[in-house]
Amino acid sequence: MLTASAILTDGLVYAAYLFIVAVGLTLIFGVMKILNVTHGSFYAFGAYGAATAVGIYTNGDWNAALGFVFMLGLAMAIGLIMGIILERGLLRLVYGKDEVVIVLVTYATFLILEDVIGLIWGTQSYGAYQPMISAGNIEIGELVLSNYDIVLVVIAAAVAFAAYWSLKYTRYGRLLTTVIYDRETAAAFGINVTLVYTVTFLIGAALGALGGAVMAPKISVTLGIGVEVIVLAFAVVAIGGMGSIEGALVGALIVGICRAAAVHLMPQIELFVVYGVMALVLVARPYGLFVRAQPRKI
Amino acid sequence: MIKGRTASCWTLAGLAAAAMSLPAHAQTPAPAAAPVKLGIVSFLSGPAASPFGLPGRNGAEIVIEALNAGTAPAPYNKVGFGGTKIEAKYVDEAGSAANVVTDFRNLVQRDQVDAVVGYISSGNCLAVTPVAEELKALTVFYDCGTPRIFEEKARAYVFRPSPHATMDSVGAARYLIAKKKNLTSFSGINQNYAWGQDSWRDFIGAMKVLAPKAEADKILFPKLFAGEFGAEVSTLLTSKSQAVHTSFWNGDLEGFIYQQQARGLDKRMTIIATTGESSIWRLRDKMPDGTIIGGRGPHGPLAPDNAFNKWFSKIYTDRYNVPPTYPSYQMAQSLLGLKLAYEKAATGTAKPTTDQIAAAFKGLVFTGPSGEIKMVLGDGHQGIQETAYGTYRFNKAKKEPEIIDVMRFPAECVNPPPGIDADKWIEGGMKGAKC
Repeated sequence: MLTASAILTDGLVYAAYLFIVAVGLTLIFGVMKILNVTHGSFYAFGAYGAATAVGIYTNGDWNAALGFVFMLGLAMAIGLIMGIILERGLLRLVYGKDEVVIVLVTYATFLILEDVIGLIWGTQSYGAYQPMISAGNIEIGELVLSNYDIVLVVIAAAVAFAAYWSLKYTRYGRLLTTVIYDRETAAAFGINVTLVYTVTFLIGAALGALGGAVMAPKISVTLGIGVEVIVLAFAVVAIGGMGSIEGALVGALIVGICRAAAVHLMPQIELFVVYGVMALVLVARPYGLFVRAQPRKI
Repeated sequence: MIKGRTASCWTLAGLAAAAMSLPAHAQTPAPAAAPVKLGIVSFLSGPAASPFGLPGRNGAEIVIEALNAGTAPAPYNKVGFGGTKIEAKYVDEAGSAANVVTDFRNLVQRDQVDAVVGYISSGNCLAVTPVAEELKALTVFYDCGTPRIFEEKARAYVFRPSPHATMDSVGAARYLIAKKKNLTSFSGINQNYAWGQDSWRDFIGAMKVLAPKAEADKILFPKLFAGEFGAEVSTLLTSKSQAVHTSFWNGDLEGFIYQQQARGLDKRMTIIATTGESSIWRLRDKMPDGTIIGGRGPHGPLAPDNAFNKWFSKIYTDRYNVPPTYPSYQMAQSLLGLKLAYEKAATGTAKPTTDQIAAAFKGLVFTGPSGEIKMVLGDGHQGIQETAYGTYRFNKAKKEPEIIDVMRFPAECVNPPPGIDADKWIEGGMKGAKC
């Protein structure tokens, strides 16, 4: 019973982390059909931005809640700025090129941005643990849960709800759904696809930075953190289906629970389990759980 | 006849090409006026840069400057290497093993360095070793810990003054047993690659010998650079262990410490961090009091109170405003060992050849900032030294980390004797250990 509840809670926390990181990636792919490797940079910049914000608010003796909001806000603002620079300054120049070319462009940008991080923040690591430590913990039987992890789950749930609600019930969401379904038809009906691309990329970038911001208090913010994240996010998106937000949610839950179960019950397969699950899903559903096979257009 | 002449021409051409492909410095002594060129390889970017790579690189920079100025304490007070100034080229270790090997070849063949000092990753050391042997390039590993380098095969041009990982694990087990005599259960969390696997193998092996009644409970191997350890902390919280061993380093160590602290793991069991010394100046009061700290040898706060340590600690702290950690010490002792070997090999004003330096390095005994190093394993290519472990405490009055309750273990107590592989020595009950 103790192990089962630990698996569930650990799985949920890990899934929350994965979902926040993966949702921006899948959104950009869904709309723009770009496998955006630079998403790892958004995550890293978000984490560094959050670490900077934590430094500012702890030195200034700010209220913890206000400091936390400032941390998230600063990180997302950095994500938005990066998003507009990259989309307007670079990606729009390669729209319409082969998907492989675009992946290579985002990969090259990712590598350049790693060095930019070094130039801005240096090579030393940063600890931004204050929000997590000050949040305290709660004891449930033998298990001690970090209150910060509970906040992480709440944030992920809020992002999932906001994404669902925006897509279903707002004008922009419906326009977005139309572009996801068929961008040429959407353009023929007068939708400003270029604007939709830009806005989508900005939202995706901000979500990537949000992922880095919420994780910053848990990790050592150091060079290279974006690399690990992007690999995991790809696995989650592949399981759920490229471009599907509900797929990212379910994919994150599957990976989170399976990984937690492996760590508790059979730690030697922990590394294998994430990619094992992905392989199994792709064998049964090559386009992921929530994406149907697309007929080829001629 | 024509056929024979053609064959001879091809043979000569082949020999010429072969001769050209060999590093020139291995063959002909260069004039004394030319500087001694060293390739210094360390992580200058990526997750390993901050805790290891840069302190190692900084250690090299400060020691080379002092040697060139002739301000190091005797017997290291001769300018540079044997009166010849040192010229260092710093290279980033980041990238795939194939890239690291390419960079190594470039240092040796293009830049014509006299020696390469470097490497943190055990994987990179294993990749570079056969190439160093092939090129006959003098190579001194400063930090990587895998015992396999000299156990797999005898080496001619590769040296490692810093002891390998077995010393860290055996020392940790001896300290733990000394401090927790009634230990019945322990766990381990180590990174899932050569370093983490080897560290745990040696630790659990030593525990079986020293405390056969204590049982290993949870054995966790998260991915390297995993960052998120929620499930691992829960697993440890649900165990009955009184101690958890970790050889985590870099961001993984710091992330694990933050995450476990938020959930109070250190209140339930003692953490044994075999590389903890490298993070105490960054973690400060976040490193839990009571954590058993190792530093891959007697480095940093665990270093002996000798003149070399005072000198090195001062010049490093003055320059970088932070005390040196163990990678800096390991780099310093690697360079000092190489200097002594170079000067021992030198005759007259000419530079000694690679073979002469290698012969002088073999079996060398010297004292550096971390005490005495004896090159006795791996046919005189692998060093051993005493090690030390202690218990961490953050001194709130001084606002400084400190390590108390320090225990020192002689080199022959925590390192295998010559001629036997580390794992077999532990499996055989660590026979011959002189404690």
